[in-house]
Amino acid sequence: MPSSCSSIASPDVPISRSSCLGFRPLGWFLRGLISLFFPILRAQWQDWPMSIIEVRDLRKSYGTNFAVDGVDLTIEAGEIFALLGPNGAGKTTTVEILEGFRNRDSGDVSVLGIDPQVRGDSARDFRDRIGIVLQATSDAGDLKVSETVGYFSHYYAGAKDPDEVIEAVGLGEKKNELIRSLSGGQRRRLDVALGIIGNPELLFLDEPTTGFDPEARRAFWGLIRSLRDAGTTILLTTHYLDEAEALADRVAVINKGRIIEVSTPTALGGRATSQARVIWEFDGVMHEELTNEPTSVVSRLAREFDGEIPKLLVSRPTLEDIYLEMVGLTNGAES
Amino acid sequence: MSQKGRPNTLALGYGRGKLEIRQFVRQRESVVFTLLFPLMLMAIFGSVFKDTIAPGVTFSQYFVAGMIASGMVNSGFQQLAIVIPMERDFGSLKRLRGTPMPVASYFIGKSILVLVSMIFQVALLLLGGVLFFGLHMPSDPQKWFTFAWLVLLGTASSTALGIAFSVVPKSGRGASAVVSPVVIILQFFSGVFFIFTQLPSWMQQVAAIFPLKWLCQGMRSVFLPEGFASHEVAHSWENGKTFLILTAWLVAGLIISIRTFKWSRE
Repeated sequence: MPSSCSSIASPDVPISRSSCLGFRPLGWFLRGLISLFFPILRAQWQDWPMSIIEVRDLRKSYGTNFAVDGVDLTIEAGEIFALLGPNGAGKTTTVEILEGFRNRDSGDVSVLGIDPQVRGDSARDFRDRIGIVLQATSDAGDLKVSETVGYFSHYYAGAKDPDEVIEAVGLGEKKNELIRSLSGGQRRRLDVALGIIGNPELLFLDEPTTGFDPEARRAFWGLIRSLRDAGTTILLTTHYLDEAEALADRVAVINKGRIIEVSTPTALGGRATSQARVIWEFDGVMHEELTNEPTSVVSRLAREFDGEIPKLLVSRPTLEDIYLEMVGLTNGAES
Repeated sequence: MSQKGRPNTLALGYGRGKLEIRQFVRQRESVVFTLLFPLMLMAIFGSVFKDTIAPGVTFSQYFVAGMIASGMVNSGFQQLAIVIPMERDFGSLKRLRGTPMPVASYFIGKSILVLVSMIFQVALLLLGGVLFFGLHMPSDPQKWFTFAWLVLLGTASSTALGIAFSVVPKSGRGASAVVSPVVIILQFFSGVFFIFTQLPSWMQQVAAIFPLKWLCQGMRSVFLPEGFASHEVAHSWENGKTFLILTAWLVAGLIISIRTFKWSRE
């Protein structure tokens, strides 16, 4: 099992916009005060906690199909946030609205304090501050790695050094090769290089490791963690539950256009407190017991066997078990 | 983060142009084909039609005008209307859309690629024509001036129309099947392969709507003797009219491109 990096996630307290508006003039006064002093406060504490992404009651439909049906989401600075959900759950639509590729029908969206729906010069400013790694692309096979990354760096006002970025994604030795000659995993690393060349405050990662071999995935995860550690906020969408578990500080499960739950990977769906399964062998037959107190079950067995318990296994539901159960429940409830 | 100021749209477009050319040049087969195809066609048609069309006008002389004109349609319209849907399928357009690169820079880059490949194509065609097919080059500077604005305006409108037409093919794979017949039919109708005045008049009238016929006619005014104007449909080169019609197509192409351009499939 991969070491689950359960760094202490930012508490999931949605910043309520209406809570201080019970008494309106007071609300206005407070808002005025905050907006007056906020820039000063930010300058004082660079790491002033602010939400990188805030979504309230987001809706988007295609004809009669409600792809996104009232999504609320708050993503904090410096976290890796994974959005999980089956195909057609509204994942891609949500992310594409946040990236500015799609317009919403209704709801409030703020990404880095900007409405991603802006056009023109403001859109350029917005895209200057984000990085997007789309699902596998296969273009520009006739350019070299260094040419492509180098040229993308010109698009951004505050780009990183292309050579450093190429080195950071582990393509240093492939720098002067044609993109055509790269393997699938190396190409994906190039995609990430192009996503981070502009030194983004927020990085969107869409299915980053599809088609990777296990070793390449581990290495890739290391790269993503190092980006987070350098201060980049990351919104990850993935089909791989182990990937979400290994990388994400928090996960959200989306289905039928709604967020079902937001939690840490270890606590999602009551996972941390759910019953443990103890499995062992006796007389050539496998036995199992579901329990809230696995330790006492194991010590009881240890006494019974007077030593080593044959084929002992203690497990809690995997993130995948929990996820499938959650998605199954919501699907069942509506059909 | 340090704001170094916003990168310049023109400079980015120029850079994209260099990148596009580099990509193009690395596909050797297509380079050779694009550059030599017009010469090959000229060799074939030149050996089939040996007669002179009018005193002092060989078929090669007539044909070179049509080849240059359709070169503009090939390297602009045809190439872009095929390549852009492919880039869309590959996801490269969507990726560019997610960067702060201005849309105009992308279009400028494509225009540079088309113009440069056009210049090489024409130079090679003229050189080959003079060396192997007895092509007479015009000596009047006035004619070279006409030639220059025809190449620029023709390439520009061909580029704009190629970008505009790029929304028509549903996929990159099917693009050439959609685009190539349009171009080939247009070439037949516009008097590239045949003498325009010998075509049925309904064909001439259909062709007169589209830019290729006017490009061919304009190029004939450059490469054929002044007296040949009387052999044209209107008994004149009609260069003023050509200018207006090409400009109208350029404007239409630009407007359609800006309004309808698609960065991703759906």
